[in-house]
Amino acid sequence: MALQSLDIKRRSATTTPSPSVRAPAAGSVAKLIDTTKCIGCKACQAACMEWNDLRDEIGVNVGVYDNPADLTDKSWTVMRFAEYENPQGDLEWLIRKDGCMHCEDPGCLKACPSPGAIVQYTNGIVDFHEENCIGCGYCITGCPFDIPRISKDDHKAYKCTLCSDRVAVGQEPACVKTCPTGAIVFGTKEDMRQHAAERIVDLKSRGFENAGLYDPQGVGGTHVMYVLHHADTPGLYSDLPKDPVISPMVGLWKGVAKPLGVAVMAATALAGFFHYMTKGPLESDADDERKAEEEIHHE
Amino acid sequence: MNEVKKPRTILRYTPGERANHWIIAITFVLLALSGLGLFHPAFYWLTSLFGGGTWTRILHPFVGLLMVVCFAVFAVRMWKHNLMTRQDAQWLRQFGDVVNGREDKLPDVGRYNAGQKVLFFALVLFLLVLLVTGVVMWRVYFGAVFPIGAIRLASLLHALFAFLLICAIIVHIYAAVWVKGSVHAMTQGTVSPGWAWKHHRAWFRQVFGLPARK
Repeated sequence: MALQSLDIKRRSATTTPSPSVRAPAAGSVAKLIDTTKCIGCKACQAACMEWNDLRDEIGVNVGVYDNPADLTDKSWTVMRFAEYENPQGDLEWLIRKDGCMHCEDPGCLKACPSPGAIVQYTNGIVDFHEENCIGCGYCITGCPFDIPRISKDDHKAYKCTLCSDRVAVGQEPACVKTCPTGAIVFGTKEDMRQHAAERIVDLKSRGFENAGLYDPQGVGGTHVMYVLHHADTPGLYSDLPKDPVISPMVGLWKGVAKPLGVAVMAATALAGFFHYMTKGPLESDADDERKAEEEIHHE
Repeated sequence: MNEVKKPRTILRYTPGERANHWIIAITFVLLALSGLGLFHPAFYWLTSLFGGGTWTRILHPFVGLLMVVCFAVFAVRMWKHNLMTRQDAQWLRQFGDVVNGREDKLPDVGRYNAGQKVLFFALVLFLLVLLVTGVVMWRVYFGAVFPIGAIRLASLLHALFAFLLICAIIVHIYAAVWVKGSVHAMTQGTVSPGWAWKHHRAWFRQVFGLPARK
């Protein structure tokens, strides 16, 4: 970081507090993606490429509108198109802008072994600092949303930054700025929740009785939220997880296992040390040599 | 009677066996240090020994493969000496006598005692699990091969079995320090007849072609 950051709430592989004196007075930020207003134009993808100077490889059409077919180290957001036939027999085109959800409790940050390779700012944004990334891929192992991607060129992990550089100077993320229908909005998390609540009232009045906000509490809520027509079945939206949590295996591995494992290893070494200091070495002496010689010569 | 009587020695480890043992030992130390560096932030500084975090991430799996290959050779050579016997069960039951060094109360021990045999098979198991889970975790080459659930399980098991391995090796190293003469056996290959008579009496009799007793 060229500029000093005084707004670091959490830092990967760091056991002491990070500089966090600077926190937004209005609370954390959030991006709200209203899937009900999305027309699938991919302007957000183009804006993301443009602002971040990313040019992915030109791929091939895989038979669906998704292009590229998946997130990559150079495509930090991808529109996912799902064709859903509702119980009335009508087609619903459920389009979801996929990308990092900026979890309040980020699995990537929890799993990362490299100090400062992943940080969470006091405004809630989860950011990768690639100069500290060692390329192990533990962030992928920890992520409940399958977001980070390791570059084949430099073996560093990349994902959406929520345009932390723009947000830091009071601008909205590039995708928000470009969205032609206002399906992506940005502000304080509180404002975004209110905005979503109004949208949900409107949607319910139009017959989407299960409309709702996707702000999964299993990861402490997210700083990227969705308004969904079918909030009861988020899986309809290209497998958006219903109750995402950090996997218990990752929780154990990166939780209690660390202090407990180190403590038991240290205790094992100490047990040896004190055994030696109290019992002394086990030695064979001249007497044993004599008895051995006797036995050899007796035969 | 002026000639100097050279003390009799018994060859316990051939030069090849010793070299193999020490390759395994060195690779173990490298793996433990680099692995701990990535396991707990308190040890991250250890990655500096390997040229930083990225180099540690690159090197650790290759060193691991080297250890597994060398250990496999070693395990095949030592396998037949480590098969459990009835006396071994008795030896384990008298563990209180073992840790207090009351060897005279224990059944006669062959080339290896029951503790060494348990350690041997524990190491075989641990290295097998570490190999498999390590491959699953090896993001550069196998990241796209295994499902995320398998990678998560492998990550947890790799840490668990590495922890068990480190504890087992601490015990192994301690036992070698505790029982004087053991380190000499692995550094210079030989032990004295008295050492063998005291700690591995059945093996001692076997070496000198004496009838087994007890």
